[in-house]
Amino acid sequence: MSISRRGFLSGLGATALACGSTEAGQHTEHSTFPIPDGRMGLLHDSTYCVGCRACEVACNRVNELPPPDQPIGDLSVFDRERRTTDTALTVVNRYRVDDVDVFRKHQCMHCNEPSCASVCLVRALVKSPEGPVLYDPDVCVGCRYCMMTCPYYALAYEYESPNPRVVRCTMCYPRIVEGQVPGCAEACPMGAITYGRRSDLLHQARERIAEHPGRYVEHVFGEHEFGGTSWLLLAGTSPSRLGLASLENASHTPLPELTKSFLSVVPLVLTLWPGLLLGFYAMTKRREEVSEAEARARVVEALLSADEETKTKLAAAAARSEKDKEKAIAQAVKKALEEQAAKGGAS
Amino acid sequence: MSATTTIAKRWVTPFNVFAAVVFAVGLPLVYLRWFHGLGSVTNLSHDVPWGFWIGFDVMAGVALAAGGYVMATAVHLFGMKEYEPVVRPAILTGFLGYVLVIIGVGFDLGRPWNAPHMLLQPGLASILFLVGLHVGLYCTTQFVEISPALFEWLGWKRWRKIAVSITVGATIFGVILSTLHQSALGAMLLITPTKLHPLWYSPFIGLFFFVSSVAAGLAMVTFEGMLSHRYMGHRVGIDHERLDRITLGLAKASAITLGAYFAIKMVGVAHGNTWRYLGTGMGVWFLVEVVGFVLVPCVLFAVAHRERRPRLARFAAFVTVVGIVVNRLNVSVIAFNWQVRPEHGYFPAWSELWISVLLVTTGIIIYRWIVGRMPILDNHPDWGSIH
Ligand code: SF4
Ligand code: SF4
Repeated sequence: MSISRRGFLSGLGATALACGSTEAGQHTEHSTFPIPDGRMGLLHDSTYCVGCRACEVACNRVNELPPPDQPIGDLSVFDRERRTTDTALTVVNRYRVDDVDVFRKHQCMHCNEPSCASVCLVRALVKSPEGPVLYDPDVCVGCRYCMMTCPYYALAYEYESPNPRVVRCTMCYPRIVEGQVPGCAEACPMGAITYGRRSDLLHQARERIAEHPGRYVEHVFGEHEFGGTSWLLLAGTSPSRLGLASLENASHTPLPELTKSFLSVVPLVLTLWPGLLLGFYAMTKRREEVSEAEARARVVEALLSADEETKTKLAAAAARSEKDKEKAIAQAVKKALEEQAAKGGAS
Repeated sequence: MSATTTIAKRWVTPFNVFAAVVFAVGLPLVYLRWFHGLGSVTNLSHDVPWGFWIGFDVMAGVALAAGGYVMATAVHLFGMKEYEPVVRPAILTGFLGYVLVIIGVGFDLGRPWNAPHMLLQPGLASILFLVGLHVGLYCTTQFVEISPALFEWLGWKRWRKIAVSITVGATIFGVILSTLHQSALGAMLLITPTKLHPLWYSPFIGLFFFVSSVAAGLAMVTFEGMLSHRYMGHRVGIDHERLDRITLGLAKASAITLGAYFAIKMVGVAHGNTWRYLGTGMGVWFLVEVVGFVLVPCVLFAVAHRERRPRLARFAAFVTVVGIVVNRLNVSVIAFNWQVRPEHGYFPAWSELWISVLLVTTGIIIYRWIVGRMPILDNHPDWGSIH
């Protein structure tokens, strides 16, 4: 037993080390998304938006999606709030704010620190240096954890397909790498969507607020929310009244940060637990050995205190037991000492 | 004629009839799921990507399969020999539980055939990656832990000796993996502060999941002991009295664990300062969960232990098991997306539930098959104790 235990010990140590090093890798590699200077973005100024849905039409065309359920001129689409789906990567919704219609375009925000990409267990989602968050269906396992975590409810899934994909706005990645403007920004007749470097757009947004103080609330939505997003929103009212109620006072901490404390406990458990548990096991083992020896001693005592006749009869046996008992105790003590020494040497 | 009637009598049991119906309806549903997509059998939506399968088959399933590591720790590491008779059944249930969880996940994954990419390009910042890796490793570990029974059945002495010699090692490895993935399942929700209701969202959610998994494990062992005694009595190696003693011992452990769990749940509310939500509808539901399904069984266990009432302990175990299922469903489905408008809400489709029942039924059939053959509930006299 003791040999196999030792053999096991080294095996376990190696496993723990192996797991530990995998675990350790993640902090340096993935959980922060570097922010290169050239990162692009889009600004939606809802005060210019009239709800014509030209952006939806353009999005449908450049992404080669099936025609929408309702004809584009049908104004009844605004009667209920819509969300993005696997066939509509962007939607414009109407909100009634103080008796005025306000329109807001919704789509994947292309977060600076996307929770979707950080939780993907096969890295099917990645933040590109240009800004868009990209998706690779060929590695995606379809766990939909990304959909669970996106605070903007921006991801959709092909539930009707036997080989489903996660579907979302790509920020027209194929177009922007060729130097073109995203479909929606190009199509907007009101100039409500501006495409450019994110840093320039932020600058512009602040200028607009400064120039028309009555027109806007002093908040560029997407500047800081969960570490910021590529899409920015300007509005004349609080975003919480534009279908973003769950994000009122959204924290500036990137969502992936929230899992770091847990992940940092992992190597701790991997290194501490084996030692602790083996310690418990050793204690149990020793307790058992000592109590075994004591039990034998009691048998011998009982024999000794038996009546004379039995005593003589069993005298020889008792003598033998006595010897055994001494040996057992001596052995137990010796083993205990050895273990103590081994432990002391190790620590 | 008489031969056929005896065969019919042997096979036409209530359970077999039930299983036949479950399979007759369930298999076409399985076909639909794989050839016509998740939408053909589930009510999942873009807003609600995780439903009953994840909440019950996976989240609750993993917690309820915790009996294996809890009992193995008690007996093999802490030397609580009196519980030895329940170790093997607990590990077997744990092992089968994990197999079912893995199959359940497979059903829920849109593209399970891409799973090998998990090892080729692991997303190391993902807590789900941690869960996946550890569940896989733990399932293997449990197979090693239960393998002595298999080798005894096959009569492979050499293999059995090897398997027994690594029991302690496997147990320790299993405890490490369990600590991590039980808590990681809860920690997966750490990244969703805006979507999970504040009463359930807590930075301590990993700890909640771990502690409640211990309670779930103990309750399942208690519950299972009773069931197998009732239905597989001929295979059970211990008498009623001994089982009752074990049940009462487990009751004490359960009372302590549930008490601690209740306390940290309250610390969670205090820490998040979410008292104001207790007056809302979700708050009432939260109280039902932590009082009705945690505090109440905790008291029942304590009373059962003091007054030596094993039947009460079994009832408390049942309440605890239901409570764990409620909690896991709350965290991943019911209290999740609480701000999404009701018309975008979710209620499982009957076909979704049916496939879950199909999974559990399959598990029970395999359990009965193994227990009817291998030395799980009793110890074979030729082999003796594992120690
Ligand atoms: S908005 Fe959602 S889907 Fe888009 S990058 Fe952010 S987390 Fe990902
Ligand atoms: S569904 Fe696909 S993309 Fe989303 S987290 Fe899972 S594997 Fe990654």
